[in-house]
Amino acid sequence: MQKMLHINADKCTGCMQCEMACAFENYGTFATAKSRIKVFDFHHTGKKVPYTCTQCDEAWCLHACPVEAIHVDKATGAKVVNESTCVGCKVCTIACPFGTINYVQETGKVQKCDLCGGAPACADACPTGAITFIDANWTGLGKMAQWADKLGNQPSAT
Amino acid sequence: MSWAGKILRVNLTAGTVKSEPLNMEWARDYIGSRGLGTKYLVEEVAATVDPLSPDNKIIWATGPLTGTMASTGGRYTVITKGPLTGAIACSNSGGYWGAEFKMAGWDMVIFEGKSPKPVYLYVNDDVAELRDAAHLWGKSVWETEGLLKSSLQDPLTRVSSIGKAGENGVLFAAVVNDLHRAAGRSGVGAVMGSKNLKAIAVRGTKGVGNIRDPKAFMAAVKTAKKVLADNGVTGTGLPAMGTQVLMSVINEVGALPTRNHRDNQFEGAKDIGAEAMATPRKTDGKKQLVTNQACFGCTIACGRISKMDENHFTIVNKPQYRGANGGLEYEAAWALGAANGVNDLEALQYANLLCNEEGIDPITFGATVGAVMELYEMGVLTKEQIGIDAKFGSAQTLAFLAEETIYGRGFGKEIGQGSKRLTAKYGHPELSMSSKGQEFPAYDGRAIQGIGLAYATSNRGGCHLRGYTIASEVLGIPVKTDPLESEGKPELVKAFQDATAAFDSSGLCIFTTFAWGLQDLSPQMQGACDADYTIEELAKIGERIWNMEREFNNRAGFTNKDDSLPARLTSVEGACKTGPAKGKFNELATMLPKYYAARGWDPEGRPTAATKARLGL
Repeated sequence: MQKMLHINADKCTGCMQCEMACAFENYGTFATAKSRIKVFDFHHTGKKVPYTCTQCDEAWCLHACPVEAIHVDKATGAKVVNESTCVGCKVCTIACPFGTINYVQETGKVQKCDLCGGAPACADACPTGAITFIDANWTGLGKMAQWADKLGNQPSAT
Repeated sequence: MSWAGKILRVNLTAGTVKSEPLNMEWARDYIGSRGLGTKYLVEEVAATVDPLSPDNKIIWATGPLTGTMASTGGRYTVITKGPLTGAIACSNSGGYWGAEFKMAGWDMVIFEGKSPKPVYLYVNDDVAELRDAAHLWGKSVWETEGLLKSSLQDPLTRVSSIGKAGENGVLFAAVVNDLHRAAGRSGVGAVMGSKNLKAIAVRGTKGVGNIRDPKAFMAAVKTAKKVLADNGVTGTGLPAMGTQVLMSVINEVGALPTRNHRDNQFEGAKDIGAEAMATPRKTDGKKQLVTNQACFGCTIACGRISKMDENHFTIVNKPQYRGANGGLEYEAAWALGAANGVNDLEALQYANLLCNEEGIDPITFGATVGAVMELYEMGVLTKEQIGIDAKFGSAQTLAFLAEETIYGRGFGKEIGQGSKRLTAKYGHPELSMSSKGQEFPAYDGRAIQGIGLAYATSNRGGCHLRGYTIASEVLGIPVKTDPLESEGKPELVKAFQDATAAFDSSGLCIFTTFAWGLQDLSPQMQGACDADYTIEELAKIGERIWNMEREFNNRAGFTNKDDSLPARLTSVEGACKTGPAKGKFNELATMLPKYYAARGWDPEGRPTAATKARLGL
């Protein structure tokens, strides 16, 4: 079963535990500037929205790469950057419609979410359940259950 | 080792910025943030210095856990000699600025001297330079943050700054970061303004990476986060209701100081607490509370985000106050509300926004307005002097005086001096509800014995955050004690004061202590730092910090006579009128000698030679 990161922005408090966990997993340092997941703080509404790569099946970044540095991890479905192949041309950063693959000037390579090999540190660190790692086929299950509860789980009239 | 190991020293007179190594011996002995910053201050500044003179220094300090995944690890402290009190000033703030500064690779920044013209400090990792702030001077905190982010073309920049109040020398001006998080008390913002320092803009990309034992640290962090999540206060109460959960609780125990401490219960408490914020308004059908919010690294998320009623009289034709914005915390809601008898929640939020916008401490502001209203009702102050009718309970008066104070207009200039100076000027110093010149927060020292002693002995003047015995006396954390009973409170106050000093110095938030004790802090500190921070060692360091602060104040001229409360709190005449504490007054005279004994101080309130030797002072 493939899993994917599922984001429920309504639960996000803006604590940045996910950003720190991501940076620590990949760089061994607590540096939100190095995180592959970013939390956006929309001050005028009070909303906080975490955002990262959704691992497109037909990934623009993968198809755009001229040196085939991005491959699919068959177990997780993640699109993974092979740093030793990446030449830092940044074409993938242009191709990605969502902005979730980015250049890292310190390494001269690009980086993106790779689902931490199947155990995403961000989801593990999130204290509110705003970021979860769930069955890729059933990301709607929670919402369906909510509506099923509302519509069908009422005390019987008789 | 978790300290960055480097500090910035900025000489504002000369315009120089230098990097120097952190004194690691001091770091181990005083941890960081409050403790370590204070150590630098007391070593470098004469206790008798005029707080607003160039000879005073002002320090922004992070702790070893600031910028790490330890829950609530985003705090920083601003330390200086305070202009409101003349005592040590040490104000702690959350938001994101502290972590950003630490991630830029610095433990603290020390400002000395006075700039000949307005400047701000720009820090981008190793780059640190003073820049002209002519375009920022005269701007609000909110405008300053916006202007810096746009002119630097970097929306990820974090800003710690003052508004007009700090520039104008309001003695309780705050330093504000991330729009609505404040190092709020004791006038640290006035010291910043006196140095022509407008802001510190920071971008930190290096991160905090030198954890001593990453595996042990992450395991300790995970365990401690679970303790917070499973606790009723930190896991449920604070995220849902915020600190405002306390309004009804404290009112019920008869400890909600009302109308400048004339009363100890407020009939309007239900209109200004957590429940009111979460109830749809009659006027527009919307709730004031929009959502909760966390500071950096915090898994509690007690912060409030609120929206005002757009048709409220205070914000007609003022669109800047209409969106989502920082909401009322308990202390601010009390000071702007109960302390003045005002029960208009929207007016409270308006005044709260003004406090954040131009950077003033809502506790001292609200409490000073309470004193003004009492002087008005006594006939000592007139409508002509104040500029408005100032009866207790008037929302119009609250809003008007908030505007006058932040903009430095009219009678607002006198309010900007705080209640001690204002009431003395008009011949009634007994009406200043303060200790060491700093106003009491939202708990009545008559109805809760321990907190009264904590106010009287606080090193930064009247304050709940130096020894929050409310946890024990009202909430039963870690054990329930009787709020009406003074027996045992000197020892309780000491224990809270010492543990608090350790927590404050770590870089974590004191709110964790609703669920954590030193036994939860210790493994996180041990995992992160190259120092043997056992529970006993942390308690000892906390006591060391407390005594260091005390000695600074003693050298500044404070004596045992300043460990005092106003007669209204300690006399039969001022005793509680209603509720479970009816007839009670604070038994300070009984408790104080026992407190000195527990502290190892002489009867004059001075640490003895033996105490200093024991603590390595």
